[in-house]
Amino acid sequence: MDMVNVKVNGIAVSVPKGSTILEAARAAGVEIPTLCFLKDINEIGACRICVVEATGARGLVTACVYPVAEGMEIQTNTARVQKARKTTLELILSTHEKKCLSCVRSGDCELQKMCKDYGVEDAGMFDGFRPTYELDTSVPHLVRDNNKCILCRRCVAACRQQFVSVIGANDRGIDTHIACAFEKPLSEVPCVSCGQCVVACPTGALTDNDSTADVWAALADPTKHVIVTTAPSIRATLGECFGMPVGTNVEGKMVAALRRLGFEKVFDTNFGADLTILEEAHEFVERVQNKGVLPMITSCSPGWVKFAEYYYPDQLDHLSTCKSPQQMTGAVLKTYYAKKMGIDPKDIVNVSVMPCTAKKFEINRDDQNAAGVPDVDIVITTRELGRMIDRAGILFTSLPDEEFDAPLGDDTGAAVIFGTTGGVMEAALRTANDWLTGKDNKDVEFHEVRGMDGLKEATYNIAGMEIRVAVASGIASANYIMDTIKSGNAPWHFVEIMCCPGGCINGGGQPIQPAAVRNFTDLKALRAKALYDQDAAMTLRKSHDSPVVKKLYEEFFDDGIGGHKAHHCLHTTYVARKKFQ
Amino acid sequence: MQKKISKLPFKGTPEQAAALQKVIDANKHDSSRLMGVMHEAQNIYGYLPIEVQQVIADGMGVPLEKVYGVATFYAQFSLSPKGEYNISVCLGTACYVKGSGDLMDKLKELLGIDAEECTADGRFSLTACRCIGACGLAPVLTVNDDVYGRLTTDDIPGILAKYGK
Ligand code: SF4
Ligand code: SF4
Ligand code: SF4
Ligand code: FES
Repeated sequence: MDMVNVKVNGIAVSVPKGSTILEAARAAGVEIPTLCFLKDINEIGACRICVVEATGARGLVTACVYPVAEGMEIQTNTARVQKARKTTLELILSTHEKKCLSCVRSGDCELQKMCKDYGVEDAGMFDGFRPTYELDTSVPHLVRDNNKCILCRRCVAACRQQFVSVIGANDRGIDTHIACAFEKPLSEVPCVSCGQCVVACPTGALTDNDSTADVWAALADPTKHVIVTTAPSIRATLGECFGMPVGTNVEGKMVAALRRLGFEKVFDTNFGADLTILEEAHEFVERVQNKGVLPMITSCSPGWVKFAEYYYPDQLDHLSTCKSPQQMTGAVLKTYYAKKMGIDPKDIVNVSVMPCTAKKFEINRDDQNAAGVPDVDIVITTRELGRMIDRAGILFTSLPDEEFDAPLGDDTGAAVIFGTTGGVMEAALRTANDWLTGKDNKDVEFHEVRGMDGLKEATYNIAGMEIRVAVASGIASANYIMDTIKSGNAPWHFVEIMCCPGGCINGGGQPIQPAAVRNFTDLKALRAKALYDQDAAMTLRKSHDSPVVKKLYEEFFDDGIGGHKAHHCLHTTYVARKKFQ
Repeated sequence: MQKKISKLPFKGTPEQAAALQKVIDANKHDSSRLMGVMHEAQNIYGYLPIEVQQVIADGMGVPLEKVYGVATFYAQFSLSPKGEYNISVCLGTACYVKGSGDLMDKLKELLGIDAEECTADGRFSLTACRCIGACGLAPVLTVNDDVYGRLTTDDIPGILAKYGK
């Protein structure tokens, strides 16, 4: 690799040719503040907070996009640089609604930290005219408060990366603001609810549509049986809310914390994941045998499902009819579990903790009420759970490790990896391989479908049958899959699609890491590793080996996998959606 | 000020739709021609309502929000139709100090619309403009191509009456 020698604040470093000043500074152990820059997503060099002095350049240059040159000497902290940054911050603050006391991002807001670092302290200095905006609270998955928006456009870029582009900058000058076409609320445009804009936002302008008040109320109600279930990926990310290193698996502490919050039962959505594999694998085999519509595409990810409904409404028969693991778990809780425990399903409040903002939308879809009441009552994101644990004064990092409750606690490694791109496919392959060969295969790892690429393809020969699969994460890749299917050239039999790049471990409901971390860490790979490590350490690694799921079919869905009873509870339908209302 | 979005129903004709389609077909291979297409569309329809922007977005293969962002960034694009008679009040410095703001207020009151809007019957629209170079006549307004100068608010009802109001 060609290297370039530079000096950052007098420290000599050698970095690959083409590196930016920001990267070179990092290599020298120097952090340069950024606001608009998000690596690979938003590289527009617009906010100018990252300015530095560099030899060979006339004025101050933006470190996030300016490439280094041989012999360049860079100064990141001179009086001139500090003054420029401070002025930029003052300009931003002049139109900012400064409500840190009640702002949910207070403490991890990138703007707040920078103002503190640069001593922008005179609050009264900014009492001038500023346009004010109504909050957009039209959707269950987020709230937009443009009064706190600094126009960095990270959300716009994240939405564009998702191939959706329903938000952008409208009007100009002091009236510039981020919104949808014709100022429509998010509920009236084809937003897929992925929340990627929320995790990209440095401030409190985009936040959860918070449901924690509903959870606290349920927990305080003695007439309710309040259950919580956690998605596979939460154990790999929740620790980040408490300062633990990215990729720490905190399953045991998470269960302990949920118990201390007062949930009567703490279950694992992994149960629903195992169940999904059995129903989905069965559906797949049926489609192959009966010449049904292929490729079949997974339907676990509600953002992806919503995308298909908006953008490919004529291709919905490719989607598996299986409900998502969240909804399957809920349906079983409100039917089988309620019956077993002798509880009226109406008295159960089922809370699920999800990596995903679209899950908040999914619970209100049609046909998600197997027991005549909603399968899932409340969805909170990983972030919301983190805030509940904080409020309850639970010292997370010093908690003991505890185990999920029976009967919906025993899961398999196949379910654990649902939380990352390729996981559902690998889990399905493990089961298909055993079913089709009639053997208990010892080799259960399918490495071709692992990794963080947006699109992965593989061909497997199972019991003389050639099975061609594809795994897509991120809507851009999903869009490619759908275009290929539409053109009639799709070679695949089975396709996994996850809405968020990297899958649930990078979901829109996951802890927000500031750009200073995101730009230099592969969050997705670290979080995914936590799941693959757990899978590798488990004895049960195939969904069809799950004792709980086996028992469920014996006791409840007694006409078998894919039978009538299971169908009523565990399957659903899709609707074509109009893009703009 | 944010651009006003007209609430009047869209009254596009098949001829207009065909003309727009022709423009799009000639340009759709190159999305960088978006602004030119929007310009032509505005010439055809007089403004750019959602119905027109949606056709442009689909035709050019760009998101609707992108079209809208451009439409609201550049002053030349309008989201509100022009009436049969478009009244344009000069708010340039000379006219403004001689009271054109009051003329504008009077027009708003009598027409029952805001600046950058069109009456429900489609007859009158009201816009503000910058200096039209007739400062000697300040304050000035125009109704289509007719110029009226040295006005007071008392002159307004008479001018409107000329155009059937
Ligand atoms: S967005 Fe940041 S700076 Fe603004 S009120 Fe919230 S915490 Fe404070
Ligand atoms: S939730 Fe996803 S689709 Fe909706 S605006 Fe945000 S990034 Fe775009
Ligand atoms: S909403 Fe957040 S991410 Fe989007 S432009 Fe505003 S501050 Fe940036
Ligand atoms: S210009 Fe470099 S971070 Fe915004």
